[in-house]
Order: sequence, then structure tokens, then C-alpha cells
Amino acid sequence: MRRDDTAAIRAVIAAGKRKDLAFAVLGVAALVFAAATFVALFTDMLIDGGHRLKLDFFTNFASRRAENAGIVAAWVGTLTVMVVTAAIAVPIGVASGIYLEEYAPRNLFTDIIEININNLAGVPSIVYGLLALGMFVHTFGLGASVLTAGLTLALLILPIVIVSTREAIRSIPGVIREAAYALGATRWQMVKDHVLPYSMPGILTGIIIGLSRAIGETAPIVTIGAVTFIAFLPPSPITAEPPFLSFEWLSSAFTAMPIQIFNWTSRPDAAFQANASAAALVLVLMTVLMNAFAIWLRWRLRRNIKW
Amino acid sequence: MTTMEQKPDLATLKQKAAARQLNFFYGTKQALKSIELPIYEHRVTALIGPSGCGKSTFLRCFNRMHDLYPGNRYEGEIRLFPDDVNLLAPEVDPIEVRMRLSMVFQKPNPFPKSIFENVAYGLRVRGLKNKTEISDRVEAALKGAALYNEAKDRLHDLASNLSGGQQQRLCIARALAADPELLLFDEPTSALDPIATASIEELIQELRTKVTILIVTHNMQQAARVSDFTAYMYLGELVEFGWTDDVFFRPKKKQTEDYITGRFG
Repeated sequence: MRRDDTAAIRAVIAAGKRKDLAFAVLGVAALVFAAATFVALFTDMLIDGGHRLKLDFFTNFASRRAENAGIVAAWVGTLTVMVVTAAIAVPIGVASGIYLEEYAPRNLFTDIIEININNLAGVPSIVYGLLALGMFVHTFGLGASVLTAGLTLALLILPIVIVSTREAIRSIPGVIREAAYALGATRWQMVKDHVLPYSMPGILTGIIIGLSRAIGETAPIVTIGAVTFIAFLPPSPITAEPPFLSFEWLSSAFTAMPIQIFNWTSRPDAAFQANASAAALVLVLMTVLMNAFAIWLRWRLRRNIKW
Repeated sequence: MTTMEQKPDLATLKQKAAARQLNFFYGTKQALKSIELPIYEHRVTALIGPSGCGKSTFLRCFNRMHDLYPGNRYEGEIRLFPDDVNLLAPEVDPIEVRMRLSMVFQKPNPFPKSIFENVAYGLRVRGLKNKTEISDRVEAALKGAALYNEAKDRLHDLASNLSGGQQQRLCIARALAADPELLLFDEPTSALDPIATASIEELIQELRTKVTILIVTHNMQQAARVSDFTAYMYLGELVEFGWTDDVFFRPKKKQTEDYITGRFG
């Protein structure tokens, strides 16, 4: 440090560090703003509806009397619709993603498909509702059923599943692929033994993010005609008589959490507003739980995957 | 080390493979031009030359790696002996070629699986199901790659827990398990430290008795240390080929001499 310009260099460093600090402060402020918004919403719902979160709220059907009303039809409906959505969107989405990444040749046709998928991810959900109303409800005659809702939401999240599958596959280094091929693996052996296992954390995360988007969707299921007041559950999938399995629940009418919330908020009675807050709290918790599960799953599966 | 040996007459040596009038194109860009090169059985042949001269491209022709990407085209032949089959013939399935030839890559690229599963993978791909046979062959391959003593107590640990040099020896074991007719090395020590490099070079020397080896290296000392034959390539052409000590000490071409003496490259 014998140079004469030491002071000048120090001034430059100090100026740089001030900018560092300024950006850090800005970043923290943005973070606090985002977190505070969520905390405020959550607290507000908790104050308004927290006292309704008792066991009977989860086991009662909707009622004209606010204090007797519950969300059993809504959460069972949401759960069954999610099962159908996942059962349809996951195999189709993952298979499409794998095909596009590993098998499809690069040409105009696949480029068009790719642009289409990316555009589909941006289509407003109400449009899917209209499509489903025309196609599933009327043309195929499936009615306003669990199956229709599942199909509709599956279409809605398909682009999310496909895109995240492709992203996950793309993160596998080319040298790993080449190593497998160099040993004489066929394309399918490569996909089954390497691509799928190594991209599984990313694919599962994409699936859960897709499902947690679907769980809150209101517009498309309102459009297909989900009922807002329902006093029965779909028939059980397991029956006492052989073959012990029943798929009648698929064609059952249903309601879902967002619809129940929407219905209660539209009532003037303050007691129903409290119900709406409580149900919204449950829905948010469901979403948070799903996301937490996604994070845990990714962490768990990625532990073993190092390049 | 080859300088001390009596050099047999080339005509008496058995060839394991030979490139004949080999041209290769990335799309319209010609990367290899009329390559003629014999690969002698149980010998190490080194490919040297400046970056971009086509040595890796040439190596990857042997196991048809270029088939994985669209727009690549071969002309000419690479014949594999003794069955005298042209590896590049369109009717020859690249998967069959890759089952007969093994490759070790520039950077160690073990699968994110256990040590055992890495070595066993080539056998599984070949449909081998018998558990004792698989574990016997995995053990033999690990011994062949001088990794068995270090790995025998942790066969079911993840391969990524091994050091870089160990990972590369694991990749060699993986290549050996498939019992290849020709072993291809693509700059196998360029990502390793000097000690790990020395152990890989020693291993290549030992493997020579079991398998024919073709190695790409940009390290000329390495070529001099490990190979029996050296081929010098420049701009997609084979400039000179011969016994390693001839190429290094008595190069026939001025170009080769300039590269080897460091005047260029």
C-alpha cells in the first residue's frame, strides 16, 4: 500500500459498497412488502373466520343458517376434482414433455406445437371454461360433473406440466445422455433409466405447482355449472358389492372450495362473511401445504442427484 | 517407454480397426478429410493436434456418437476386424456399434447412481439379469480399472462421493464392464489433477494387454508417455502417423515437427 493513489482507490471502493448497501435495502424492502401483504391477508381472514374453524365446519353441509353451515361438500368436491385433474394432466403432460424433448425432430411442425403450448399457458381460465361447457358438458354430454371439472382443470394445467417437464429434462447435462448412449442404451432405456429419474424432482414440482393453481380456479368451474348449494357427497368409490369399485362419483354433481367461498361472500349476512373467511383460510392452507410438500419432495429427491 | 522395445514390422501387426477415406460433415461443413488410419491390436494409438483439428470428431465417428445429432454425415469407412464390418454403414445399427466399442469422456460423467449401478449399467442395457454374474463382472471391471480396493466397501454409495480421479476410473470400469473390442478415450485427464492423471495413464498402460485403445489428447507429453502410435491431425486432415517415438523424434513432415517442438499450436 505504498502507492500514492491509495486514497482514490479507497474512495472508489467505498462508493461501490454504498451502492451494494442501497440495493440490499431496496431488496429487503420489496421482500417485506410482499411478505407483509400475505401476512395481512392471512391475519384478516384469521380474525374474521378463525372462530369458525371447528370440527363441525369441516363435516357440515352448506346451510341457510350460517352457524350450521360447513364445507364438507366443498372440500370433498375439490379433492375429487384434483384427483381427476392429476390423473389426466400428469400422464399426458409428462409424456408430451418427454416426447418433445427426447423424441421429436426439430422442424416446423414441432415449432408450431411448441409455440401453441406456450400460448396455451397464457389463455385466461374462463376461456377453458367456455371450451369445456361447449365440448364436455354439451357435445359429450358429461354434465356439470366431477369428471368435467377434472378434465377442464387438467387442460388448464397441461401447459404448466409440459413446460416444467421439459425444463427438468433440459437440466440433465448432455454428457450424462452421451454416457448412456455410448454404453449402447436405446432411446427408451435412456429415458426410463436416466431422464425420468433425474428429472423427477423438477417434474413433481411442476405437477404440484399446476395443481395448486387448479385448486383455486373459480371461473372455469363456475362456467361449466358447478352447483353452489349441495347437500350430498359423491358416491363412494369403494362399494360393498363386487367389483368393490365404483366410478359413479365421476358423474356426480359437485361444488368446490372457491365456489363455496364465492357463494358465501355474495350474501349480505356478516355470519356468512365469517364462513367465507374461514373457508378461504382453509383453501390457502391447502395451497401452502401442497407447495411445502413440493419443496420437501424436491429437496428429498435432489439429494442424490449431483452432476 | 516404447523407444526401448524392438519395433516389429508394421506389416506383421494385426489391425483391430482402420479408417478408410473417411470424410465427415457437420451439416455442410467438412470436419474430416480423407482420413486413412490403421489401429493396431493391443496397442495404444494417440491422436494429437491443435484444438479444432478434428481429433475428437474423428474419435466420435468410431462409436457413431454423431448419429445422436441431426445434420451429421459420414463418408468412407471405419472397418472393424476380424469381422471386417464397416461401422459407418447405414445398415449397421449404431446401438450395436456402441455395444462393441466403449468410450471414456473428457470430464468424468458418472450417473447419479451408486458405484455398483454405474458399472452394471452397460450389462443391464445388454439384458443381463443374473445377479451373481452382474456382480462378478462389476467386480472384475472395478479391478480392471484399479478402483476395486478403494470402492469395495462402498459399492452402494453414490458415485458423486468419489474424487475426480476415482470418478474417471469408475467411468473406465463402466466402459470395461461391457468387454469392449476397442476402447475410446476423449482427453480423459483434461479435468484431472497431475496425480490423478498419472494414475489414469498408468491404467491405460496396463489395459493395453487386454484391449485396443484409441486416445485423444491435447497433452503431447501424455501421448509420448502412453502411446505406441501417434497420429498428428491438423484442420481435419491426418498429417502424419507412425510409431510414437518416430513421430516425436524423427517427424517426416515439417508441420508435425513445428507442432511437436511447440513452434505452433
